[in-house]
Amino acid sequence: MKKVFTLVSVLLVVAMFLGACAQTPEAESPATGGETSEPLRIAVVSPSSINDLAFTQSISDALIVLKAEMGDDLEYAFTENMFVVDDAAAAIRDYATKGYDIVIAHGSQYGSSVQEIAPDFPETVFAWGTTVDTFGLPNVHAYEAASDQGGYVNGVMAGMLTKSKIIGVVGPIETGDAKLYVDGFVAGVKSVDPSIDVRVTYIGSFSDVALAAEAATTHIAAGADILTGSAQMVVGAIGKAEEAGLYWFGTQANQNAFAPKTVVASQVYHWEVILREIISLHAAGIMGGHTFSATLQNGGQVITINPEIELSEEIKTKVEEVIAGINDGSIVIPKP
Amino acid sequence: MISDLLSATVIIGIISSGIRLTTPYLFASIGEMFGQRSGVLNLGVEGQMLLGSFVAFYVTLKTSNLWLGLLAAMGVGALMGLAMAFVTVNLHATQGISGIGFYLFGMGMSNLLFQKLVGTVEGVRGFQKISVPLLGKIPVIGEIFFNHNALVYLAFLLVPVAWFVLNKTTLGLKIRAVGENPEAADSLGVSVAGIRYLTVIMGGVFSGIAGASLSVALLNVFQQNMTAGQGFIAVALVYFGSWKPFGILGGALLFSMVNALQLWIQVLGIPIPAELAVMMPYILTLLVLTLSVSKGRGPSALTKVFEREG
Repeated sequence: MKKVFTLVSVLLVVAMFLGACAQTPEAESPATGGETSEPLRIAVVSPSSINDLAFTQSISDALIVLKAEMGDDLEYAFTENMFVVDDAAAAIRDYATKGYDIVIAHGSQYGSSVQEIAPDFPETVFAWGTTVDTFGLPNVHAYEAASDQGGYVNGVMAGMLTKSKIIGVVGPIETGDAKLYVDGFVAGVKSVDPSIDVRVTYIGSFSDVALAAEAATTHIAAGADILTGSAQMVVGAIGKAEEAGLYWFGTQANQNAFAPKTVVASQVYHWEVILREIISLHAAGIMGGHTFSATLQNGGQVITINPEIELSEEIKTKVEEVIAGINDGSIVIPKP
Repeated sequence: MISDLLSATVIIGIISSGIRLTTPYLFASIGEMFGQRSGVLNLGVEGQMLLGSFVAFYVTLKTSNLWLGLLAAMGVGALMGLAMAFVTVNLHATQGISGIGFYLFGMGMSNLLFQKLVGTVEGVRGFQKISVPLLGKIPVIGEIFFNHNALVYLAFLLVPVAWFVLNKTTLGLKIRAVGENPEAADSLGVSVAGIRYLTVIMGGVFSGIAGASLSVALLNVFQQNMTAGQGFIAVALVYFGSWKPFGILGGALLFSMVNALQLWIQVLGIPIPAELAVMMPYILTLLVLTLSVSKGRGPSALTKVFEREG
């Protein structure tokens, strides 16, 4: 009797945990009323949470924009916190089975899952990012952000603002989107003045807020007067920049409001630009095979300058010049 | 380049970073140590920290009262400790598995509450630095040791207090007896279940404070999964410190200082790959653990279920 009670209580507790972990708060109720056409159904699977002020929030915000535009013609579901790839694969397959028209696997770590699942659901469009690889499958699109572009623009501003000629970067792991942003940022700073010392640290984690904060403190102690960084653990670092009265440059989502006296500008992703293209291709019967890039030119990324920070006319003009230069190809961002 | 590491700025930086990074480990590990000394291994520390961290942040955000926030974190830690004690002491569930369950619960619940109640990443005004009178004015030493927030001082104060309680009080004797030989302790009239409840709840309280030390003292922000495995490191540090408060202090300081050192190595541009640098604290801790001559022996009854015979 006791054993049974133990087992049941353990199972109950575990079930409760899983319930708490796997909830889908953004699930939309089906369109009601006298609609004749079926709504388009989109599902997203993403590694962190929709309010991470970074990677996952960027795709969530895009769907909120699309929902506002399309109203009842769009129905979407969101599964967040899928940092375990096997769980994500189960969620992706689940959405495809439920007949969602477009399933978005928002994490470069989900590649092999998409490659495995997509052939089983030829009627479903899979969009996978951030990457450029569609595996040659007819129903897979790939998307990425040219985050080096926004990184470059942020770098130019940082280079013009620094007085100590030392700039610190707090990165997560030297890979993917974060590395692209950091490399672009360094190139932007160097384009202003090659003698500026840009010091890059990678803390080896996307979630260790405490270590990101210590990395920022270390940069500040070593003389940096401007900081930047990528991924969701940087909130700790922004706090340290704020305490020290220094400037921060943001990326992935709009961080300006989080520290209004500190964040000069954020490179903000607008994935809706790319999702619109995927949706119109879907309407035309094209299921995959395309590779998209969110750039400054197509509006997939935007440099949002914080109005609370006063920038000189010289810097503002320069930013416009640089963005125009990147768009018309006269500025080519060097790869390290 | 390597010689750059010997400047005063760097040494001050490493030690003060190390002290800050050590703080959550001390609370969590000392709490965990009491549980283990009485025979209960709690792997749910990480979950307790996350929930404590969120609750402290949320209560502080809403009431602007830091002590209330801290108290709430202690309360939620105590509740999770109580649940852990019930599951392992009364229901005889496997300690390792139940601990993992509580970790998942804490992580999921803190995340859920964060989204429902707060919605976006926000800052909060946390515990401010207190400069200790006179001592704080001493050059270098004052900067390193006597300019921290209240929870940092508390964490270091906890070490000798825990040592005293464990080794010099009747309660400490009972805890050790229950962890070494629960049958004997029971026959002498010590309540094995009572002591284990007490230590596991106490562990939860300290884990809650550990979480709060991140969200309302050191970082003043909450982000999902922000403890990033520190709760598990805290459990490892109990083994590293041979179940002794000062051993834990040594281990936590070593791990944190090397972590601070690797950040400086990267900042100063010393040509060691970042991937290698971030591994340093883990590698060094492992090395010390395997090479240390005086290998500590754990409590004999650790993870063992106690059931009264007859």
